[in-house]
Amino acid sequence: MSTAVAIVLMVAIVAYAVFAGADFGAGFWDLVAGGAGRGARPRAVIEHSIGPVWEANHVWLIFVFAVLWTSFSQAYASITLTLFVPLAIAALGIVLRGAGFAFRKSVQRVEYRRVFGAAFALSSVIVPYALGSIAGAIASGRVPAGGRAGDPVSSWVNPTSILGGVLAVAAVAYLAAAYLVWDARRLSDAAMAAYFRRRAVAAAAAVAVIAAVGVFVLRADAEYVFDGLTGRALPLVILSVACGIGALVLLVRDAARGGRLLAVGAVASIVAAWGVAQWPYLLPESLKVSAAAAPDATLITVLVVVGLAALVVLPGFVLLYVLDQRGLLPEESS
Amino acid sequence: MSTLAATLAAVDPVPWARGQMAFTLAFHIILVPLGVSWAFFTLIANYRALKHDDRDALLLAQRWSKYMAVTFAVGAVTGTVLSFEFGLLWPRFMGQWGEAFGIPFLFEGIFFFTEAIFITIYIFGWRRLRPWTHFWTGVPIVLAGIFGSASVVAANAWMNAPTGFTLDSSGTIVDVDPWRVIFNDAMPLQAAHMIIAAYIVGGFLVASVYATGMLRGRRDRYHRVGFIIAFSVAAAMTPVQLVVGDALARWVYDNQPAKFAAIELVPETASDVPETLLGRLNDDGTVSGGFAIPGLASWLSDPSSGRDTVVQGLDAFPADERPTTRQVNIVHLSWDVMVGLGTLLFLLSVWYGLVWAVRRRMPRSKWFLRAAAASGVLAVITMEAGWVVTEVGRQPWIVYGHMKVEDAATSNTGVWIMFVAVVLLYTALGVTTVLVLRGMSRRWRRGDCFTDDDAPYGPRAPAGRAPDEQEVAP
Repeated sequence: MSTAVAIVLMVAIVAYAVFAGADFGAGFWDLVAGGAGRGARPRAVIEHSIGPVWEANHVWLIFVFAVLWTSFSQAYASITLTLFVPLAIAALGIVLRGAGFAFRKSVQRVEYRRVFGAAFALSSVIVPYALGSIAGAIASGRVPAGGRAGDPVSSWVNPTSILGGVLAVAAVAYLAAAYLVWDARRLSDAAMAAYFRRRAVAAAAAVAVIAAVGVFVLRADAEYVFDGLTGRALPLVILSVACGIGALVLLVRDAARGGRLLAVGAVASIVAAWGVAQWPYLLPESLKVSAAAAPDATLITVLVVVGLAALVVLPGFVLLYVLDQRGLLPEESS
Repeated sequence: MSTLAATLAAVDPVPWARGQMAFTLAFHIILVPLGVSWAFFTLIANYRALKHDDRDALLLAQRWSKYMAVTFAVGAVTGTVLSFEFGLLWPRFMGQWGEAFGIPFLFEGIFFFTEAIFITIYIFGWRRLRPWTHFWTGVPIVLAGIFGSASVVAANAWMNAPTGFTLDSSGTIVDVDPWRVIFNDAMPLQAAHMIIAAYIVGGFLVASVYATGMLRGRRDRYHRVGFIIAFSVAAAMTPVQLVVGDALARWVYDNQPAKFAAIELVPETASDVPETLLGRLNDDGTVSGGFAIPGLASWLSDPSSGRDTVVQGLDAFPADERPTTRQVNIVHLSWDVMVGLGTLLFLLSVWYGLVWAVRRRMPRSKWFLRAAAASGVLAVITMEAGWVVTEVGRQPWIVYGHMKVEDAATSNTGVWIMFVAVVLLYTALGVTTVLVLRGMSRRWRRGDCFTDDDAPYGPRAPAGRAPDEQEVAP
């Protein structure tokens, strides 16, 4: 039972990384797009590309919290006690980002748009860094079990956390650039497609370099997860690298399709690899998933809710997707 | 510098955590009624538009759906912050009780997701769906709003009436009954009280905007229809709320006697207890000031035994298991504010109903419109006061009878920094939200074109295309 809930938790984390990751990454490219004049065209593509359900993407994060606090409440207490600072930064960043984006769409004057746009873009970088550093803190065993607080600073300012944060920013930037190439093509904007293709390739190179450095960081700083990644989770790591290389090849060749999907596969499988690598621990080497789990009735409720969500939410999601696609047909949008 | 650091390191996190939770909840709760009830008003307008080919109603429905998207977006982020705060501010509470307390939030997640998706579909649908199909896509928003708030209130009600779990000798939860957690004893009345409040507050808030417009001379049919839809729903709900609120107060009398003693300002257990309006409790246990109506508190607590009903006083509880004197005064004053303003809003609704019954039209006098223009803010204050009563009245408990607030809080001394940041950020957020909503309204009044891509949940604007579609497009 606890294994099933742990899988649900992992799937929700992967979903958040992929769906919200692309939105965060778009914010990164918004940030580095340059002044109001030069950055106008890329920003138009970015605004266009951020999905209609961007806000709903935080549901994945809320769901991760809800699963943690119902099913693994002691671990949740340890995490929030130890990682108060990066979690607080992420929370404030999400407010700033959400409000910035919502208001930017609703106001008309350029100077207002600029302020809201800056809030949106800057927090788009800060939030994934904070969340990545939290993942690093957990992976390197810096969160103690038993609802106790670890070190308030060194738990998230350490080699693995910095690796996690930087890798998260680079990965979401890569993911978003791959999406934006596709969106620019849909808009028949060849110049912008090339613009984002160059950036996607650069981001892919950055991810590769960071990951290579990361191998040494993890070996020195997060031994258990390193052993897992080179052992049990190795197939997922290889899958991630293969997807990454494949996506890069497709991007360089300017292939019509497939690049986006492979980019998603690369990010999803590396996040999943982290989960598999630290199995059976929820908090590596101090708290096992089975030991942390809540009474069965609570775990069953979590699984029932997942089933209900599939029944209730999925049809709506499909309808929305269909409408969105239909609305983008040129003869209907003019 | 080191002394400064030492001082800051010694800051007690409990009051800051309390303050931050109260502040963020008080902010979020203003957006909740709009999220719950605005979709319903929009659908009434939409229905009228389709049934009677009413152009004004159609315009209202289209605009309301976009305002709603902005307030929903702000409510979504402030709600996300709350889910962070459970852990950041109350880790010991979540660590010990999350297995039970957390369950309602799983369901709330489903309803929130449904609401977000259908708000988007509804805004997309203005141009992309057939009119009646589009109308029906709005219905899930209304239902998700109701069930979503019922879920969250269930969690709060559980803190007042914790049931549905088994503890072992060390106080750890060993078994959970999810059904009893959600449908705890306090849940039905508390959820009903809040959902009705959401319709009252949402209705008066929306109506007050149109009342203000009418006072400024915009007395066209568009403003009248907007006012009547929202105000009628709120007005119809006020008598229901009196009945539900009365039942809830009696539930508190039966189940949370310390909170009830604070509400009624009763220092010593007695029968024939007066209903004290205003007034304050002193540290020595005496009550000074105020206006006492003899025997009324006893009579209201249980009309069957009338003035003989015994009301437990604060002295019936150990000092560390009841609210402090200061908290008692806060609870009692908030109670007076809630009941007082609630009654005023009820009387305003009666005025509206009487004029409607006699003249078959809404009251047009300046004084009615002035009162209606104030009703939105008054309704918000009433609701906030009600939450202060239930939250402060539960002190010192976070889980009634099981865990105290001070044992639940984080040990992080840096909470005050986050509190300051949150207050600054939320102040900016609140001001901007109002400015953005006003800006939208002004833009529309100038007669700019209707597009559906200027709302946060609206479709993507095709890049490089000027807004070209007329409002009230077929």
